[in-house]
Amino acid sequence: MSETLIEVKNLSKHFKISRKLVLKAVDHVSFEIKRGETFGLVGESGCGKTTCGRTLINLYSATDGQVLYNGQDISHLPKGKVLDYKQRIQMIFQDPYSSLNPRMTISEIIAQGLNIHFKMSKREQEEKVNALMADVGLTASFGNRFAHELSGGQRQRVGIARALAVEPEFIVCDEPISALDVSIQAQIINLLIKLQKERKLTYLFISHDLSMVKHISDRVGVMYLGHMVEIATSLNLFDEPLHPYTQMLLSAIPEAEPDPAKRRKSVKIEGEVPSPITPPPGCKFSSRCVYVKDQCKLEVPTLKEIRPDHFVACHFPRVCEEVSSC
Amino acid sequence: MEKILEVKNLEVSFHTYAGEVRAVRGINFHIHKGETLAFVGESGSGKTVTAKSIMRLLKAPLAEIKESSSILYKGREVLQMNKTELQDYRGNDVSMIFQDPMTFLNPTMTCGDQIIESFILHQDINKREARQKALEMLNVVRIPDAEKRLDAYPHELSGGMRQRVMIAMALACSPSILVADEPTTALDVTIQAQIMALLNALKVKFDTAILLVTHDLGVVSNFADRIQIMYAGKVLEEGTAMEIFYKPQHPYTWALLKSVPKLSKHNKQELYALKGTPPDLILPLEHCPFAARCEYCMKICRTAMPDRTKITETQYVSCWLKHEKAPVIEPGYKREV
Repeated sequence: MSETLIEVKNLSKHFKISRKLVLKAVDHVSFEIKRGETFGLVGESGCGKTTCGRTLINLYSATDGQVLYNGQDISHLPKGKVLDYKQRIQMIFQDPYSSLNPRMTISEIIAQGLNIHFKMSKREQEEKVNALMADVGLTASFGNRFAHELSGGQRQRVGIARALAVEPEFIVCDEPISALDVSIQAQIINLLIKLQKERKLTYLFISHDLSMVKHISDRVGVMYLGHMVEIATSLNLFDEPLHPYTQMLLSAIPEAEPDPAKRRKSVKIEGEVPSPITPPPGCKFSSRCVYVKDQCKLEVPTLKEIRPDHFVACHFPRVCEEVSSC
Repeated sequence: MEKILEVKNLEVSFHTYAGEVRAVRGINFHIHKGETLAFVGESGSGKTVTAKSIMRLLKAPLAEIKESSSILYKGREVLQMNKTELQDYRGNDVSMIFQDPMTFLNPTMTCGDQIIESFILHQDINKREARQKALEMLNVVRIPDAEKRLDAYPHELSGGMRQRVMIAMALACSPSILVADEPTTALDVTIQAQIMALLNALKVKFDTAILLVTHDLGVVSNFADRIQIMYAGKVLEEGTAMEIFYKPQHPYTWALLKSVPKLSKHNKQELYALKGTPPDLILPLEHCPFAARCEYCMKICRTAMPDRTKITETQYVSCWLKHEKAPVIEPGYKREV
């Protein structure tokens, strides 16, 4: 169970935006994802979580670093092996409106992967598509419809069925629920958890919704301006965040609690994310951190294991009493 | 408390190729001076349409506000206002901020000019004075380096800053009601916390009432005084924030509260998920709109519309379970302590 499926080593993705300027969307990020777990990736918009997910599965070619899948480097695969690897890794996208081809029927969309990866007769294919639709909670009558006839939740189910069609081991879920309503979000999350149990899937779950990430993830990584600032088990991270940024992020979640006396105390939130093109030197969070010291502005902190399975990139990690009560 | 806005039997329909979409189906509410009233519901529940009707922003003939509807602002009928009266009403009396500040700010004008414009339109002052006032407003909404930002175009600002500019514009002429349509949905949690704290501070400072439209129960519980739960163009339950969160009465409110994941809960437990989807608004609804998805649905729920039942002075609920002949059931939602 605890065997490593994906190992990310020093992964970087830089975008050149002009002759002199470089946007370091992902900068020397390292982590591993174990077989059968859900690894959550959180952070504010522009922190590089989507780029990280896409570089990880080679949708963007990495500027630097390695991604090992089952011990094999996937960023430099020989041509013959790419297809095999693509079958094992799939992706569910954020926007179920733009990620489905409007000119194809639902069964065509789901069958597309089957055509590429498996040799099947028409009959087998049809059965397989119907079985997949049943698995994600769609009736067979949806097969002949087009994407525009479906609601957001139904479309996201189609996206999931399409990803499942080729029987992958690993699925990158890039904000799969952020475009959906609250009641539909719960349906999709339950579906993802159910499928994971049935098919022993491994997920990389990218989201900015911290409470959903907490709910679905075994381990969580927090990103800020292209850097990984904290990695811990979901329980540890939410109970005892050690990085000041994680503390701030958690304290910003509004609690469904109208009585102010019953709410947890909040950490003061200062400023906005600086531009990733000209980030502050040293610790990237130093410009907003309330505990900032001189060392933070000079040296970039590295990710250190402070407690078992709890990694923090901060010169002065501390337990924050206010947040730990949540 | 003084009622500044009173909406009676508001019905709004859209005429589409597929037929008449009845987006809002007869809702009643009022806003007191200086309070925050929140509309909560899923997409398509009619909350934005209600907000836009108050501003008279819906385009005829596509959208039609039914004759029997009435929107009274300080005793004046908003639906009867002519063009000049409306221009005076919007901005001076009621103003609005939107979900996506990028689409609602003019990309060809600087932020300063857009704020100055509203001063010149509504107040008898010259451009210099207006610029001075715009600068003050930017300081009020806590934009750092305000002098410089006055000459910046919207695309040069971050999402949070744009939302602040929009708030500055909306509050420029100190309206008595601010309609905030999903003001933080497009923003990150940290920026959301800042913007909501700002709105709350300004509400006290200018004594402005806020009509908050949102689907985020967390935001609502922290900032609203009263809450209306909307579904398929109807108000299913209304009450103070305390009543809605601590003593909810309607099965839909229970479902909404249960489907929010809690930070304190263990992970990977199955979340409570409402089955099905909201009803099609083209079809006529003669019965309770929530009947098809309700766990407690009875025979009568599928045949007739329930009455609005009074629970307390402030809490009302439309559900057949509150009828005297209905079976007594355990509440479907209990707050964990």
